[in-house]
Amino acid sequence: MLRIYTLAVRAVFVRDMLHFWRERSRVIGFVASPLLFWVLLGAGFGDMGRFFNGSLLLSVMFTAVFSTMSVIDDRREGFLLSVLSSPSPRCALVSGKVLAGAVMSGIQGLLFLPLLAMTGRPMGVTDILASAGALVLCGASFTSLGFWMAWKSRTPQGFHAMMNLVLMPLWLVSGALFDTSTAQPWIRLVMQANPMTYFLATLQRTIPADPAWAGPGLASGLIWTAICGILFLTAAVMNVERRPLGKDSL
Amino acid sequence: MSGAIVEAAGLRHLYGERAALDGLTFAAAEGDVYGILGPNGCGKSTLFRILCTLERPQQGTASVAGLDVAKSGMKLRRQIGVVFQNGSLDKRLTVRENLVAQGQLQGMSGRALIARVDELLGEFGLEERSRDETRTLSGGLRRKVEIAKAIIHKPRVLLLDEASTGLDPSARREMWASLKHLRATSPVTILFTTHLMDEAENAGRLLLISRGRAVAEDSPQRLKAMVGGDVVQFESSSPSFAGELRERFQVEPVESGGHISVETAAGHRFIANAFDAFPGQITSASLHRPTLEDVFFKVTGEHLGDRPGEAAGEAEGA
Repeated sequence: MLRIYTLAVRAVFVRDMLHFWRERSRVIGFVASPLLFWVLLGAGFGDMGRFFNGSLLLSVMFTAVFSTMSVIDDRREGFLLSVLSSPSPRCALVSGKVLAGAVMSGIQGLLFLPLLAMTGRPMGVTDILASAGALVLCGASFTSLGFWMAWKSRTPQGFHAMMNLVLMPLWLVSGALFDTSTAQPWIRLVMQANPMTYFLATLQRTIPADPAWAGPGLASGLIWTAICGILFLTAAVMNVERRPLGKDSL
Repeated sequence: MSGAIVEAAGLRHLYGERAALDGLTFAAAEGDVYGILGPNGCGKSTLFRILCTLERPQQGTASVAGLDVAKSGMKLRRQIGVVFQNGSLDKRLTVRENLVAQGQLQGMSGRALIARVDELLGEFGLEERSRDETRTLSGGLRRKVEIAKAIIHKPRVLLLDEASTGLDPSARREMWASLKHLRATSPVTILFTTHLMDEAENAGRLLLISRGRAVAEDSPQRLKAMVGGDVVQFESSSPSFAGELRERFQVEPVESGGHISVETAAGHRFIANAFDAFPGQITSASLHRPTLEDVFFKVTGEHLGDRPGEAAGEAEGA
Protein backbone atom coordinates (compact mmCIF):
# COMPACT_ATOMS: atom_id res chain seq x y z
CA MET A 1 0.00 0.00 0.00
CA LEU A 2 2.79 2.40 0.99
CA ARG A 3 4.71 1.43 -2.14
CA ILE A 4 1.88 2.17 -4.54
CA TYR A 5 1.12 5.40 -2.65
CA THR A 6 4.73 6.54 -3.01
CA LEU A 7 4.85 5.62 -6.69
CA ALA A 8 1.59 7.44 -7.38
CA VAL A 9 2.77 10.57 -5.52
CA ARG A 10 5.92 10.44 -7.62
CA ALA A 11 3.94 10.08 -10.86
CA VAL A 12 1.72 13.08 -10.04
CA PHE A 13 4.65 15.16 -8.77
CA VAL A 14 6.85 14.50 -11.82
CA ARG A 15 3.94 15.18 -14.12
CA ASP A 16 3.23 18.56 -12.50
CA MET A 17 6.90 19.54 -12.53
CA LEU A 18 7.14 18.65 -16.23
CA HIS A 19 4.10 20.82 -16.87
CA PHE A 20 5.72 23.64 -14.87
CA TRP A 21 8.85 23.34 -16.99
CA ARG A 22 7.03 23.04 -20.31
CA GLU A 23 4.53 25.87 -19.70
CA ARG A 24 7.04 28.53 -18.78
CA SER A 25 4.99 31.35 -20.28
CA ARG A 26 2.28 30.69 -17.68
CA VAL A 27 4.83 30.71 -14.89
CA ILE A 28 6.47 33.87 -16.16
CA GLY A 29 3.04 35.50 -16.07
CA PHE A 30 2.50 34.47 -12.47
CA VAL A 31 5.92 35.74 -11.41
CA ALA A 32 5.89 38.89 -13.47
CA SER A 33 2.66 40.36 -12.12
CA PRO A 34 3.69 40.39 -8.42
CA LEU A 35 7.12 41.60 -9.48
CA LEU A 36 5.47 44.51 -11.22
CA PHE A 37 3.33 45.01 -8.14
CA TRP A 38 6.41 45.13 -5.94
CA VAL A 39 8.31 47.53 -8.18
CA LEU A 40 5.35 49.90 -8.54
CA LEU A 41 4.31 49.86 -4.86
CA GLY A 42 7.88 49.99 -3.56
CA ALA A 43 8.86 52.81 -5.89
CA GLY A 44 5.58 54.64 -5.28
CA PHE A 45 5.92 54.57 -1.49
CA GLY A 46 9.67 55.00 -1.70
CA ASP A 47 10.34 51.86 0.35
CA MET A 48 11.22 48.78 -1.67
CA GLY A 49 11.77 46.56 1.38
CA ARG A 50 8.33 47.29 2.85
CA PHE A 51 6.43 45.50 0.06
CA PHE A 52 8.91 42.75 -0.78
CA ASN A 53 7.47 39.93 1.30
CA GLY A 54 3.87 40.88 0.56
CA SER A 55 4.59 40.68 -3.16
CA LEU A 56 6.45 37.40 -2.67
CA LEU A 57 3.45 35.99 -0.79
CA LEU A 58 1.19 37.05 -3.65
CA SER A 59 3.47 35.31 -6.14
CA VAL A 60 3.56 32.10 -4.12
CA MET A 61 -0.21 32.25 -3.66
CA PHE A 62 -0.92 32.63 -7.38
CA THR A 63 1.46 29.88 -8.41
CA ALA A 64 0.39 27.40 -5.76
CA VAL A 65 -3.35 27.99 -5.98
CA PHE A 66 -3.56 28.15 -9.74
CA SER A 67 -1.40 25.04 -10.17
CA THR A 68 -4.44 23.18 -8.86
CA MET A 69 -6.90 24.71 -11.32
CA SER A 70 -6.21 22.00 -13.90
CA VAL A 71 -7.84 19.52 -11.50
CA ILE A 72 -11.27 20.78 -12.55
CA ASP A 73 -11.03 19.72 -16.19
CA ASP A 74 -8.49 16.94 -15.71
CA ARG A 75 -10.80 14.76 -13.65
CA ARG A 76 -13.40 14.70 -16.45
CA GLU A 77 -10.98 14.13 -19.29
CA GLY A 78 -7.30 13.82 -18.86
CA PHE A 79 -4.61 12.50 -16.61
CA LEU A 80 -6.59 12.56 -13.38
CA LEU A 81 -9.03 10.00 -14.78
CA SER A 82 -6.07 7.62 -14.96
CA VAL A 83 -5.31 8.27 -11.31
CA LEU A 84 -8.92 7.85 -10.21
CA SER A 85 -9.33 4.57 -12.08
CA SER A 86 -6.01 3.13 -10.86
CA PRO A 87 -5.46 1.18 -7.65
CA SER A 88 -3.50 4.11 -6.15
CA PRO A 89 -5.16 5.69 -3.12
CA ARG A 90 -6.78 8.98 -4.04
CA CYS A 91 -4.91 10.80 -1.29
CA ALA A 92 -1.76 10.18 -3.36
CA LEU A 93 -3.21 12.55 -5.92
CA VAL A 94 -3.56 15.31 -3.30
CA SER A 95 -0.09 14.58 -1.90
CA GLY A 96 1.56 14.69 -5.32
CA LYS A 97 -0.14 17.95 -6.25
CA VAL A 98 0.64 19.59 -2.91
CA LEU A 99 4.25 18.48 -3.03
CA ALA A 100 4.61 19.87 -6.55
CA GLY A 101 2.89 23.13 -5.56
CA ALA A 102 5.19 23.50 -2.56
CA VAL A 103 8.34 22.85 -4.59
CA MET A 104 7.22 25.24 -7.34
CA SER A 105 6.57 27.93 -4.75
CA GLY A 106 9.99 27.33 -3.24
CA ILE A 107 11.69 27.60 -6.62
CA GLN A 108 9.81 30.74 -7.56
CA GLY A 109 10.49 32.34 -4.21
CA LEU A 110 14.18 31.53 -4.44
CA LEU A 111 14.30 33.13 -7.89
CA PHE A 112 12.68 36.23 -6.39
CA LEU A 113 15.02 36.45 -3.38
CA PRO A 114 18.11 37.83 -5.17
CA LEU A 115 16.06 40.97 -5.86
CA LEU A 116 16.22 41.65 -2.14
CA ALA A 117 19.77 42.90 -2.70
CA MET A 118 18.15 45.93 -4.37
CA THR A 119 16.80 46.93 -0.96
CA GLY A 120 20.26 46.89 0.55
CA ARG A 121 19.51 43.87 2.74
CA PRO A 122 21.34 40.86 1.25
CA MET A 123 20.84 37.43 2.80
CA GLY A 124 23.26 34.82 4.11
CA VAL A 125 23.10 31.09 3.37
CA THR A 126 21.19 30.35 6.60
CA ASP A 127 18.64 33.07 5.79
CA ILE A 128 18.16 31.60 2.32
CA LEU A 129 17.62 28.08 3.68
CA ALA A 130 15.14 29.35 6.29
CA SER A 131 13.35 31.36 3.60
CA ALA A 132 13.14 28.34 1.32
CA GLY A 133 11.56 26.34 4.17
CA ALA A 134 9.05 29.13 4.86
CA LEU A 135 8.19 29.42 1.15
CA VAL A 136 7.66 25.67 0.83
CA LEU A 137 5.40 25.68 3.91
CA CYS A 138 3.32 28.59 2.56
CA GLY A 139 3.23 26.96 -0.90
CA ALA A 140 2.03 23.64 0.55
CA SER A 141 -0.73 25.39 2.52
CA PHE A 142 -1.89 27.41 -0.48
CA THR A 143 -1.82 24.35 -2.78
CA SER A 144 -3.89 22.35 -0.27
CA LEU A 145 -6.42 25.18 -0.13
CA GLY A 146 -6.41 25.46 -3.93
CA PHE A 147 -6.92 21.70 -4.36
CA TRP A 148 -9.79 21.65 -1.89
CA MET A 149 -11.57 24.53 -3.62
CA ALA A 150 -10.79 23.25 -7.14
CA TRP A 151 -12.29 19.84 -6.34
CA LYS A 152 -15.47 21.59 -5.24
CA SER A 153 -15.61 23.81 -8.36
CA ARG A 154 -17.44 22.78 -11.49
CA THR A 155 -15.72 25.24 -13.86
CA PRO A 156 -12.32 26.97 -13.96
CA GLN A 157 -14.15 30.30 -14.19
CA GLY A 158 -16.04 29.59 -10.96
CA PHE A 159 -12.81 28.59 -9.25
CA HIS A 160 -11.09 31.75 -10.46
CA ALA A 161 -13.93 33.95 -9.23
CA MET A 162 -14.09 32.20 -5.85
CA MET A 163 -10.34 32.41 -5.30
CA ASN A 164 -10.23 36.09 -6.21
CA LEU A 165 -13.16 36.79 -3.92
CA VAL A 166 -11.55 34.99 -1.00
CA LEU A 167 -7.79 35.25 -1.46
CA MET A 168 -7.30 38.82 -2.64
CA PRO A 169 -9.18 40.43 0.28
CA LEU A 170 -7.32 38.15 2.70
CA TRP A 171 -4.03 39.23 1.16
CA LEU A 172 -5.02 42.91 1.37
CA VAL A 173 -5.61 42.62 5.13
CA SER A 174 -2.60 40.40 5.85
CA GLY A 175 -0.27 43.30 6.55
CA ALA A 176 1.18 43.15 3.04
CA LEU A 177 -0.05 46.66 2.26
CA PHE A 178 -0.51 48.38 5.64
CA ASP A 179 0.28 47.40 9.19
CA THR A 180 -1.88 47.31 12.28
CA SER A 181 -0.61 50.63 13.65
CA THR A 182 -2.48 52.66 11.03
CA ALA A 183 -5.53 50.39 10.77
CA GLN A 184 -8.91 51.02 12.38
CA PRO A 185 -9.69 48.74 15.35
CA TRP A 186 -12.10 46.48 13.45
CA ILE A 187 -9.57 45.95 10.65
CA ARG A 188 -6.99 45.12 13.30
CA LEU A 189 -9.28 42.34 14.55
CA VAL A 190 -9.77 41.07 11.02
CA MET A 191 -6.01 41.09 10.50
CA GLN A 192 -5.45 39.09 13.66
CA ALA A 193 -8.03 36.49 12.61
CA ASN A 194 -6.74 36.32 9.03
CA PRO A 195 -4.68 33.14 8.38
CA MET A 196 -2.74 34.93 5.68
CA THR A 197 -1.36 37.36 8.28
CA TYR A 198 0.50 34.39 9.73
CA PHE A 199 1.65 33.17 6.30
CA LEU A 200 3.12 36.63 5.77
CA ALA A 201 4.60 36.66 9.29
CA THR A 202 6.44 33.41 8.46
CA LEU A 203 8.03 35.11 5.46
CA GLN A 204 8.65 38.41 7.28
CA ARG A 205 10.47 36.67 10.09
CA THR A 206 12.69 34.60 7.77
CA ILE A 207 13.30 37.09 4.93
CA PRO A 208 14.81 40.30 6.32
CA ALA A 209 13.18 42.71 3.86
CA ASP A 210 11.16 44.81 6.29
CA PRO A 211 12.82 45.26 9.70
CA ALA A 212 9.87 47.43 10.80
CA TRP A 213 7.38 44.48 10.61
CA ALA A 214 5.33 44.61 13.80
CA GLY A 215 3.03 41.66 13.10
CA PRO A 216 3.10 38.15 14.63
CA GLY A 217 6.42 36.50 15.46
CA LEU A 218 8.09 33.50 13.83
CA ALA A 219 6.64 30.89 16.20
CA SER A 220 3.01 31.93 15.78
CA GLY A 221 3.60 32.42 12.04
CA LEU A 222 4.98 28.91 11.62
CA ILE A 223 2.39 27.27 13.90
CA TRP A 224 -0.63 28.90 12.27
CA THR A 225 0.65 28.39 8.72
CA ALA A 226 1.22 24.70 9.52
CA ILE A 227 -2.19 24.34 11.22
CA CYS A 228 -3.96 25.97 8.26
CA GLY A 229 -2.00 23.76 5.86
CA ILE A 230 -3.00 20.60 7.77
CA LEU A 231 -6.66 21.68 7.87
CA PHE A 232 -6.73 22.49 4.14
CA LEU A 233 -4.92 19.24 3.32
CA THR A 234 -7.35 17.20 5.44
CA ALA A 235 -10.33 18.88 3.76
CA ALA A 236 -8.82 18.19 0.32
CA VAL A 237 -8.16 14.52 1.12
CA MET A 238 -11.64 13.99 2.60
CA ASN A 239 -13.21 15.58 -0.45
CA VAL A 240 -11.26 13.54 -2.95
CA GLU A 241 -11.80 10.23 -1.14
CA ARG A 242 -15.55 10.57 -1.45
CA ARG A 243 -16.87 8.52 -4.36
CA PRO A 244 -19.89 10.19 -5.89
CA LEU A 245 -23.36 8.78 -5.74
CA GLY A 246 -25.73 9.88 -8.46
CA LYS A 247 -25.83 13.37 -9.88
CA ASP A 248 -23.11 14.72 -7.62
CA SER A 249 -20.51 13.29 -9.97
CA LEU A 250 -16.87 14.17 -10.53
CA MET B 1 -23.68 -17.01 -14.53
CA SER B 2 -20.65 -19.24 -13.98
CA GLY B 3 -17.53 -18.10 -15.83
CA ALA B 4 -18.77 -14.50 -15.86
CA ILE B 5 -16.04 -11.96 -15.28
CA VAL B 6 -18.24 -8.86 -15.45
CA GLU B 7 -21.73 -9.07 -13.99
CA ALA B 8 -24.52 -6.64 -13.21
CA ALA B 9 -27.81 -7.46 -11.53
CA GLY B 10 -30.73 -5.07 -11.25
CA LEU B 11 -28.58 -1.95 -11.60
CA ARG B 12 -30.64 1.17 -11.15
CA HIS B 13 -29.19 4.66 -11.13
CA LEU B 14 -31.05 7.95 -11.10
CA TYR B 15 -30.01 11.45 -12.12
CA GLY B 16 -32.71 13.50 -10.46
CA GLU B 17 -35.99 12.02 -11.65
CA ARG B 18 -34.54 10.32 -14.70
CA ALA B 19 -33.35 6.73 -14.51
CA ALA B 20 -30.07 6.36 -16.41
CA LEU B 21 -30.05 2.66 -15.50
CA ASP B 22 -33.33 0.94 -14.85
CA GLY B 23 -32.75 -2.58 -13.60
CA LEU B 24 -29.92 -3.49 -15.95
CA THR B 25 -28.78 -7.12 -15.74
CA PHE B 26 -26.12 -8.84 -17.83
CA ALA B 27 -23.07 -11.09 -17.57
CA ALA B 28 -19.94 -11.15 -19.74
CA ALA B 29 -17.91 -14.36 -19.81
CA GLU B 30 -14.16 -14.42 -19.32
CA GLY B 31 -12.28 -14.02 -22.60
CA ASP B 32 -15.25 -12.46 -24.43
CA VAL B 33 -15.19 -9.38 -26.60
CA TYR B 34 -18.42 -8.08 -25.11
CA GLY B 35 -20.13 -5.10 -26.69
CA ILE B 36 -22.83 -2.87 -25.25
CA LEU B 37 -24.77 -1.07 -27.94
CA GLY B 38 -27.32 1.65 -27.39
CA PRO B 39 -28.13 5.23 -28.37
CA ASN B 40 -26.58 8.18 -26.57
CA GLY B 41 -28.28 8.73 -23.24
CA CYS B 42 -29.25 5.08 -22.79
CA GLY B 43 -27.11 4.59 -19.67
CA LYS B 44 -23.89 3.22 -21.18
CA SER B 45 -21.61 5.85 -19.66
CA THR B 46 -23.20 5.51 -16.24
CA LEU B 47 -22.73 1.74 -16.39
CA PHE B 48 -19.12 2.27 -17.44
CA ARG B 49 -18.43 4.67 -14.57
CA ILE B 50 -19.91 2.17 -12.13
CA LEU B 51 -17.82 -0.71 -13.53
CA CYS B 52 -14.59 1.26 -13.20
CA THR B 53 -15.62 2.38 -9.67
CA LEU B 54 -15.82 6.10 -10.43
CA GLU B 55 -19.42 6.04 -9.27
CA ARG B 56 -21.30 3.89 -6.77
CA PRO B 57 -24.42 2.03 -7.88
CA GLN B 58 -27.54 3.35 -6.15
CA GLN B 59 -29.43 0.06 -6.43
CA GLY B 60 -28.48 -3.42 -7.59
CA THR B 61 -25.04 -4.97 -7.75
CA ALA B 62 -22.16 -5.19 -10.17
CA SER B 63 -18.91 -7.06 -10.02
CA VAL B 64 -15.73 -7.34 -12.04
CA ALA B 65 -13.43 -10.37 -11.63
CA GLY B 66 -15.58 -11.47 -8.70
CA LEU B 67 -15.10 -8.17 -6.85
CA ASP B 68 -18.06 -6.01 -5.89
CA VAL B 69 -17.76 -2.52 -7.40
CA ALA B 70 -19.26 -0.94 -4.29
CA LYS B 71 -16.91 -2.63 -1.82
CA SER B 72 -13.62 -3.46 -3.50
CA GLY B 73 -12.59 -0.29 -5.29
CA MET B 74 -8.83 -0.55 -4.96
CA LYS B 75 -8.54 -4.33 -5.48
CA LEU B 76 -10.92 -4.18 -8.40
CA ARG B 77 -8.99 -1.39 -10.11
CA ARG B 78 -5.94 -3.68 -10.24
CA GLN B 79 -7.97 -6.04 -12.44
CA ILE B 80 -9.13 -3.49 -14.99
CA GLY B 81 -7.66 -1.31 -17.67
CA VAL B 82 -9.75 1.63 -18.78
CA VAL B 83 -10.01 3.63 -22.01
CA PHE B 84 -12.21 6.66 -21.54
CA GLN B 85 -14.38 8.29 -24.18
CA ASN B 86 -12.61 11.64 -23.86
CA GLY B 87 -9.19 10.18 -23.30
CA SER B 88 -6.99 10.22 -20.25
CA LEU B 89 -3.63 11.06 -21.75
CA ASP B 90 -1.65 14.00 -20.49
CA LYS B 91 -1.18 16.03 -23.63
CA ARG B 92 1.95 17.80 -22.36
CA LEU B 93 3.72 14.54 -21.54
CA THR B 94 5.42 12.39 -24.15
CA VAL B 95 4.15 8.95 -25.13
CA ARG B 96 6.81 7.30 -22.96
CA GLU B 97 6.17 9.61 -20.00
CA ASN B 98 2.45 8.81 -20.16
CA LEU B 99 3.15 5.08 -20.12
CA VAL B 100 5.67 5.36 -17.28
CA ALA B 101 3.27 7.47 -15.18
CA GLN B 102 0.48 4.93 -15.74
CA GLY B 103 2.79 2.08 -14.76
CA GLN B 104 3.66 3.88 -11.53
CA LEU B 105 -0.01 4.46 -10.79
CA GLN B 106 -0.41 0.69 -11.13
CA GLY B 107 2.43 0.08 -8.69
CA MET B 108 5.12 -0.76 -11.26
CA SER B 109 8.65 0.59 -11.08
CA GLY B 110 12.27 0.06 -12.02
CA ARG B 111 13.47 -2.24 -14.78
CA ALA B 112 10.20 -4.16 -14.95
CA LEU B 113 8.35 -0.95 -15.79
CA ILE B 114 10.89 0.21 -18.37
CA ALA B 115 10.87 -3.24 -20.01
CA ARG B 116 7.06 -3.25 -20.15
CA VAL B 117 6.96 0.27 -21.62
CA ASP B 118 9.49 -0.75 -24.30
CA GLU B 119 7.49 -3.89 -25.04
CA LEU B 120 4.27 -1.90 -25.50
CA LEU B 121 5.95 0.78 -27.62
CA GLY B 122 7.17 -2.01 -29.92
CA GLU B 123 3.90 -3.91 -29.95
CA PHE B 124 1.86 -0.82 -30.86
CA GLY B 125 4.44 0.58 -33.32
CA LEU B 126 4.99 3.69 -31.23
CA GLU B 127 8.80 3.66 -30.84
CA GLU B 128 9.40 6.49 -33.30
CA ARG B 129 6.93 8.78 -31.56
CA SER B 130 7.83 7.80 -28.00
CA ARG B 131 9.54 11.15 -27.29
CA ASP B 132 6.75 13.27 -28.77
CA GLU B 133 4.20 15.01 -26.58
CA THR B 134 0.86 13.28 -27.10
CA ARG B 135 -0.80 16.56 -28.13
CA THR B 136 1.17 16.28 -31.39
CA LEU B 137 -0.22 12.81 -32.26
CA SER B 138 -3.14 12.07 -34.56
CA GLY B 139 -6.41 10.88 -33.01
CA GLY B 140 -5.71 7.30 -34.11
CA LEU B 141 -2.22 7.23 -32.59
CA ARG B 142 -3.51 8.76 -29.39
CA ARG B 143 -6.02 5.93 -29.11
CA LYS B 144 -3.22 3.42 -29.53
CA VAL B 145 -1.34 5.07 -26.68
CA GLU B 146 -4.54 5.00 -24.60
CA ILE B 147 -4.90 1.26 -25.15
CA ALA B 148 -1.21 0.60 -24.46
CA LYS B 149 -1.54 2.64 -21.27
CA ALA B 150 -4.66 0.75 -20.20
CA ILE B 151 -3.01 -2.66 -20.49
CA ILE B 152 0.39 -1.79 -19.04
CA HIS B 153 -0.31 -3.85 -15.91
CA LYS B 154 -1.85 -6.76 -17.89
CA PRO B 155 -5.40 -6.39 -16.58
CA ARG B 156 -7.94 -9.20 -16.73
CA VAL B 157 -10.61 -6.88 -18.12
CA LEU B 158 -10.18 -4.00 -20.56
CA LEU B 159 -13.07 -1.52 -20.44
CA LEU B 160 -13.57 0.89 -23.34
CA ASP B 161 -16.18 3.63 -23.29
CA GLU B 162 -17.11 4.82 -26.79
CA ALA B 163 -13.40 4.54 -27.53
CA SER B 164 -13.70 5.26 -31.24
CA THR B 165 -15.53 8.56 -30.75
CA GLY B 166 -13.96 11.24 -32.91
CA LEU B 167 -11.88 8.78 -34.96
CA ASP B 168 -12.11 8.61 -38.72
CA PRO B 169 -13.00 5.19 -40.22
CA SER B 170 -9.40 4.20 -40.94
CA ALA B 171 -8.27 5.14 -37.41
CA ARG B 172 -11.21 3.16 -36.05
CA ARG B 173 -10.18 0.12 -38.10
CA GLU B 174 -6.63 0.49 -36.84
CA MET B 175 -7.85 0.70 -33.26
CA TRP B 176 -9.83 -2.49 -33.69
CA ALA B 177 -6.89 -4.23 -35.35
CA SER B 178 -4.87 -3.41 -32.20
CA LEU B 179 -7.65 -4.72 -29.97
CA LYS B 180 -8.04 -7.93 -31.97
CA HIS B 181 -4.28 -8.48 -31.84
CA LEU B 182 -4.41 -7.93 -28.10
CA ARG B 183 -7.26 -10.40 -27.71
CA ALA B 184 -5.43 -12.98 -29.82
CA THR B 185 -2.22 -12.69 -27.82
CA SER B 186 -3.58 -12.38 -24.27
CA PRO B 187 -6.44 -13.78 -22.20
CA VAL B 188 -7.90 -10.31 -21.52
CA THR B 189 -11.67 -9.83 -21.61
CA ILE B 190 -12.71 -6.76 -23.61
CA LEU B 191 -15.91 -4.95 -22.71
CA PHE B 192 -16.78 -1.94 -24.83
CA THR B 193 -19.69 0.44 -25.16
CA THR B 194 -20.69 2.06 -28.42
CA HIS B 195 -23.57 3.68 -30.24
CA LEU B 196 -22.13 2.75 -33.65
CA MET B 197 -23.54 -0.41 -35.18
CA ASP B 198 -20.51 -1.09 -37.37
CA GLU B 199 -18.30 -0.97 -34.32
CA ALA B 200 -20.69 -3.27 -32.45
CA GLU B 201 -20.09 -5.90 -35.15
CA ASN B 202 -16.67 -6.48 -33.54
CA ALA B 203 -18.31 -8.01 -30.48
CA GLY B 204 -18.35 -11.74 -29.88
CA ARG B 205 -21.42 -11.15 -27.78
CA LEU B 206 -23.54 -8.03 -27.87
CA LEU B 207 -25.95 -6.49 -25.39
CA LEU B 208 -28.48 -4.00 -26.68
CA ILE B 209 -29.66 -1.48 -24.11
CA SER B 210 -32.36 1.12 -24.27
CA ARG B 211 -33.49 3.50 -21.54
CA GLY B 212 -31.23 1.82 -19.02
CA ARG B 213 -32.55 -1.70 -19.66
CA ALA B 214 -31.19 -4.72 -21.50
CA VAL B 215 -33.42 -5.43 -24.49
CA ALA B 216 -31.53 -8.20 -26.30
CA GLU B 217 -28.29 -10.14 -26.02
CA ASP B 218 -26.58 -12.55 -28.39
CA SER B 219 -23.88 -12.63 -31.04
CA PRO B 220 -24.31 -9.92 -33.71
CA GLN B 221 -25.04 -12.62 -36.32
CA ARG B 222 -27.80 -14.22 -34.26
CA LEU B 223 -29.28 -10.86 -33.37
CA LYS B 224 -29.49 -9.99 -37.04
CA ALA B 225 -31.14 -13.35 -37.73
CA MET B 226 -34.02 -12.09 -35.54
CA VAL B 227 -34.96 -9.88 -38.47
CA GLY B 228 -36.29 -12.23 -41.13
CA GLY B 229 -34.70 -12.16 -44.58
CA ASP B 230 -34.28 -8.69 -46.10
CA VAL B 231 -35.29 -5.21 -45.05
CA VAL B 232 -37.03 -3.19 -47.74
CA GLN B 233 -37.50 0.55 -47.32
CA PHE B 234 -39.92 2.66 -49.31
CA GLU B 235 -40.55 6.35 -49.67
CA SER B 236 -43.98 7.22 -50.95
CA SER B 237 -45.97 10.29 -51.89
CA SER B 238 -49.16 8.63 -50.65
CA PRO B 239 -49.97 9.09 -46.93
CA SER B 240 -51.97 5.85 -46.93
CA PHE B 241 -49.21 3.79 -48.55
CA ALA B 242 -48.30 1.80 -45.42
CA GLY B 243 -51.92 0.73 -44.89
CA GLU B 244 -52.35 -0.22 -48.52
CA LEU B 245 -49.12 -2.24 -48.41
CA ARG B 246 -50.33 -4.09 -45.30
CA GLU B 247 -53.69 -4.89 -46.89
CA ARG B 248 -52.32 -5.99 -50.23
CA PHE B 249 -49.37 -8.13 -49.09
CA GLN B 250 -50.30 -9.10 -45.49
CA VAL B 251 -47.04 -7.63 -44.12
CA GLU B 252 -46.35 -5.40 -41.10
CA PRO B 253 -44.88 -2.16 -42.44
CA VAL B 254 -43.23 0.17 -39.91
CA GLU B 255 -43.23 3.91 -40.49
CA SER B 256 -40.32 5.94 -39.20
CA GLY B 257 -38.51 9.07 -40.27
CA GLY B 258 -40.45 9.32 -43.54
CA HIS B 259 -39.61 5.73 -44.47
CA ILE B 260 -41.80 2.65 -44.55
CA SER B 261 -39.85 -0.51 -43.74
CA VAL B 262 -40.88 -4.09 -44.35
CA GLU B 263 -39.13 -7.32 -43.35
CA THR B 264 -39.53 -9.93 -46.00
CA ALA B 265 -37.90 -13.15 -47.15
CA ALA B 266 -37.23 -12.14 -50.78
CA GLY B 267 -36.83 -8.40 -50.89
CA HIS B 268 -36.04 -8.01 -54.58
CA ARG B 269 -39.28 -9.78 -55.57
CA PHE B 270 -41.29 -7.79 -53.03
CA ILE B 271 -40.03 -4.48 -54.46
CA ALA B 272 -41.01 -5.52 -57.99
CA ASN B 273 -44.47 -6.59 -56.81
CA ALA B 274 -44.95 -3.32 -54.91
CA PHE B 275 -44.06 -1.22 -57.95
CA ASP B 276 -46.55 -3.26 -60.02
CA ALA B 277 -49.28 -2.93 -57.39
CA PHE B 278 -48.88 0.81 -56.69
CA PRO B 279 -47.77 2.50 -59.90
CA GLY B 280 -46.67 6.10 -59.36
CA GLN B 281 -46.97 5.98 -55.58
CA ILE B 282 -43.42 4.87 -54.73
CA THR B 283 -40.74 7.56 -54.98
CA SER B 284 -37.84 5.36 -53.87
CA ALA B 285 -37.17 1.82 -52.74
CA SER B 286 -34.09 0.20 -51.23
CA LEU B 287 -33.11 -3.20 -49.94
CA HIS B 288 -30.48 -4.25 -47.42
CA ARG B 289 -29.52 -7.21 -45.32
CA PRO B 290 -30.62 -6.73 -41.69
CA THR B 291 -28.29 -4.55 -39.64
CA LEU B 292 -28.01 -4.11 -35.90
CA GLU B 293 -29.91 -0.86 -36.39
CA ASP B 294 -32.83 -2.94 -37.75
CA VAL B 295 -32.56 -5.29 -34.78
CA PHE B 296 -32.53 -2.39 -32.36
CA PHE B 297 -35.55 -0.88 -34.09
CA LYS B 298 -37.37 -4.21 -34.06
CA VAL B 299 -36.93 -4.75 -30.33
CA THR B 300 -37.33 -1.16 -29.11
CA GLY B 301 -39.23 0.69 -31.83
CA GLU B 302 -36.45 3.31 -31.61
CA HIS B 303 -33.46 4.20 -33.72
CA LEU B 304 -29.87 4.19 -32.54
CA GLY B 305 -29.63 7.94 -33.18
CA ASP B 306 -29.45 10.45 -30.34
CA ARG B 307 -32.40 11.09 -28.13
CA PRO B 308 -32.07 14.83 -27.56
CA GLY B 309 -32.46 15.90 -23.97
CA GLU B 310 -31.68 12.50 -22.49
CA ALA B 311 -28.20 12.50 -23.96
CA ALA B 312 -27.65 15.91 -22.42
CA GLY B 313 -29.05 14.66 -19.14
CA GLU B 314 -26.60 11.83 -18.97
CA ALA B 315 -23.69 13.99 -20.02
CA GLU B 316 -24.50 16.23 -17.09
CA GLY B 317 -24.66 13.35 -14.74
CA ALA B 318 -21.69 11.49 -16.05
